[in-house]
Amino acid sequence: MYDVLIIGCGITGAAAAFELSRYQLKVGILERENDVALGTTKANSAILHAGYDPEPGTLMARLNVRGVALAKELCQKLDVPYHNCGSLVLAFSEEERPALEELYRRGNENGVPGLALLTGDEARALEPNLSGEVVAALHAPSAAICSPWEYCLALAETAVRNGVELHLNTAVTGLERTVGGWTVRTGSGEFQSRFVINAAGVDAAIVHDMAAPHAFDIRPSRGQYYLLDKSEGKRVGRVIFQCPSKVGKGVLVAPTVHGNLIVGPNAEPSEGHDAATTGDGLRFVRETALRSVPSVNFRESIRNFAGVRAATGKEDFIIGEAAPGFVDLAGICSPGLSAAPAIGEYAVELLAKAGLALEKKDRFVCERRRTRFKELSPQERAALVEKEPAFGRVICRCETVTEGEILEALAGPIPPCSVDGVKRRVNAGMGRCQGGFCGPRVVDILARELHKSPGEIVQDQAGSWLLDRETKTPPEGGMSHV
Amino acid sequence: MYDLIVIGGGPAGLAAACAAWEGGLRSILIVERDKELGGILNQCIHNGFGLHHFKDELTGPEYAGRFVKLLGETGVEVRLDTMVLEVTGQRQVHMVGKSTGYRVDEAQSIVLAMGCRERTRGAIAIPGSRPAGVFTAGAAQRYVNMEGWMPGKRVVILGSGDIGLIMARRMTLEGAKVLACVEVMPYSGGLNRNIVQCLHDYDIPLYLSHTVTDIRGKDRVEQVVVSEVDASRNPVPGTEMVFDCDTLLLSVGLIPENELTRQAGIAIDRRTNGAVVYENMETSLPGVFACGNVCHVHDLVDFVTAESQKAGAAAAACVLGGAASAGEAVLEVKNGDGVTYTVPQRIRPQRVDKLCGLFFRVNRVCRDSEILVTSGDAQIARFKREHLAPGEMERIDLPRALLDRAEGELTVSIREVEQ
Repeated sequence: MYDVLIIGCGITGAAAAFELSRYQLKVGILERENDVALGTTKANSAILHAGYDPEPGTLMARLNVRGVALAKELCQKLDVPYHNCGSLVLAFSEEERPALEELYRRGNENGVPGLALLTGDEARALEPNLSGEVVAALHAPSAAICSPWEYCLALAETAVRNGVELHLNTAVTGLERTVGGWTVRTGSGEFQSRFVINAAGVDAAIVHDMAAPHAFDIRPSRGQYYLLDKSEGKRVGRVIFQCPSKVGKGVLVAPTVHGNLIVGPNAEPSEGHDAATTGDGLRFVRETALRSVPSVNFRESIRNFAGVRAATGKEDFIIGEAAPGFVDLAGICSPGLSAAPAIGEYAVELLAKAGLALEKKDRFVCERRRTRFKELSPQERAALVEKEPAFGRVICRCETVTEGEILEALAGPIPPCSVDGVKRRVNAGMGRCQGGFCGPRVVDILARELHKSPGEIVQDQAGSWLLDRETKTPPEGGMSHV
Repeated sequence: MYDLIVIGGGPAGLAAACAAWEGGLRSILIVERDKELGGILNQCIHNGFGLHHFKDELTGPEYAGRFVKLLGETGVEVRLDTMVLEVTGQRQVHMVGKSTGYRVDEAQSIVLAMGCRERTRGAIAIPGSRPAGVFTAGAAQRYVNMEGWMPGKRVVILGSGDIGLIMARRMTLEGAKVLACVEVMPYSGGLNRNIVQCLHDYDIPLYLSHTVTDIRGKDRVEQVVVSEVDASRNPVPGTEMVFDCDTLLLSVGLIPENELTRQAGIAIDRRTNGAVVYENMETSLPGVFACGNVCHVHDLVDFVTAESQKAGAAAAACVLGGAASAGEAVLEVKNGDGVTYTVPQRIRPQRVDKLCGLFFRVNRVCRDSEILVTSGDAQIARFKREHLAPGEMERIDLPRALLDRAEGELTVSIREVEQ
């Protein structure tokens, strides 16, 4: 019998698990996929929003501002790439100025620190590549960028180190109220728990409906992005937004913590989890972004992707006890990443109110470190390779990732089982050649270390097979094509 | 302190090191990131290499093997399984390897021979979902020829560059079904002999002026949509063809691998994506040379060899001959009509012995043409060609006497002769 079971291990589920792992509780996470962070968490703008967008008084406003404040220290303790770069919202005409002023007012009411309205010239003094059309801007120094999947991994790994049980490849199929708790049916058997947290992201409405009367719909909203080479990474130093519209915060141009430039997203209704990009969507992103920063060179594109956000049509998160002992953390669209640690705290608060007794653990691990060969000095590198030669074998040449780092990830609390799992943990394959060089080498290492055949190694989620069969073994139906 | 450090042990590095040894250097180091010498040749198990250089038809590994044997007869030092991480302006080379450890070596001269990498799906922004099963042709070639694994059953190939064409044949021979080769341009980017031997011989259709406009599939590629493109390369609605396949191979161009070059502050040519080089393959950083695909993407390895021998010999001359005289005249070589790039980009006429070889590529297929070399209003030289194509590197040799007549710049252009 678990005290708490969390359904879903994106950033929201991971943050809840991390917070719960402070207490003497038996906590489990049920994750459908073969790894954490595989939904919205791995495909978004990677921004920690300052908190001037949400309507004052909403849960979204409170948790956003609190979440960003918590993130700074949390990312430092858990070794999550984080950079407090600040953001600018641009106005291109006098007609847009009132919208900026409204954001300024909201931000102040929400308690966002340091907000300032700038003239176009003041904005260009901060960001010389901004368009000459910019007439005013809102500067928010508390906005930050981070690595969203590493943030999720760090929270989940730390939770696991503190005793939380993570069940991967475990899709929830049903929920049933029992005496003193819930029975959670999954593809891999039944689990019993006193409390259940619904952090199922885009599928949160489906999970909700298993436990409580229908209350909301998720209307997935897809956003498409460009990721540009590091040669474009210094095009801007801050997150550059345009004035927000009904459908979202608009197309942004921002540096990433990995040194690239991210551009996007658009916003369009999406069918379920369909995270495909389209020619029209990408064109819209390009054309809109050039209005903010006309010199962005899209020929330096290294990747396009789309993410699906769990929009509900409501302008707030849907967080609360929907049935006795069943707590929704739903509708976590933007600024969900920003709010995550605050959502985790709030979830614990709700569970306590619902009757969960909280007693702190004597020993709570709240630190995490991983080796980042690329960031070491020549002396540190020499000492490391001397001690452990696997750090001398560079596997990913674009990002200078070594075999030692991959082995370290494989020995970690949540070992990767896929090529992209390795990428999310150590950055191998994230660079300009997009795994063309390191892909086969990573497959080789995974097969060797996991005692599998290379044919069993997947690119990412289950079913994303890479290799069909060994050569010189006939295909099904024989060699008919020769 | 080495006389010469060669970065990369592929065909370019091997030829440069051998030539530098012949040129009299005795303290030479090759640093190679892989576990053996030969570079990309090791996965190119098809034949067709060496027709020019060895007057013999060899496979890639055989071609590399000949150079490895030649190298074995010299005293060139080789450090394998070692990655160079940085080259400084003072010619210090930072490297790391499992048995090498982390170390910094200095050299009087350096030859950059890091080769190139493949353009990816992200570089050309193909829309669609992101399933497994989209590989660059070179990565697929590595899986098939080195690792012994087939990356798919039913294959569409985007791009008719040589690696794509070679892989169409290779995948077919290993039992996969190659459904189509799709090329966005109205002509192939590969050698004509490869179109014939790799596509026609296996009845694989080549769709010119077409491109991939959608990739479908959740976990693994399930379908690829191919559309015709108009003259400005935009897809034409209504021309979509859907292929049921599990694999898309990309052969959409190669990019010289110049991260180290850029870090070292060496001038890069936006046309080649390689270092700007002089007639002897010297870069803007004195004593540092570049050759092979790191300098510009070649069509045949034989030409890589020739260029790299020039670079190796020049490195030897640089170390043994001391500093060059200052204030030499320099000719800047420019693209004229029909030309996409030239190598070298700069010529010092007084350093040219008899002939200066000049490589370039054209931007369209041309028949019965003249290659014109001009300087200002003066025509310096004129060469006739029956056939020019973007997939094939072109070479002209400019005599020293003609170069001496040029001033400041040289322009190379193509003029199609009226019939």
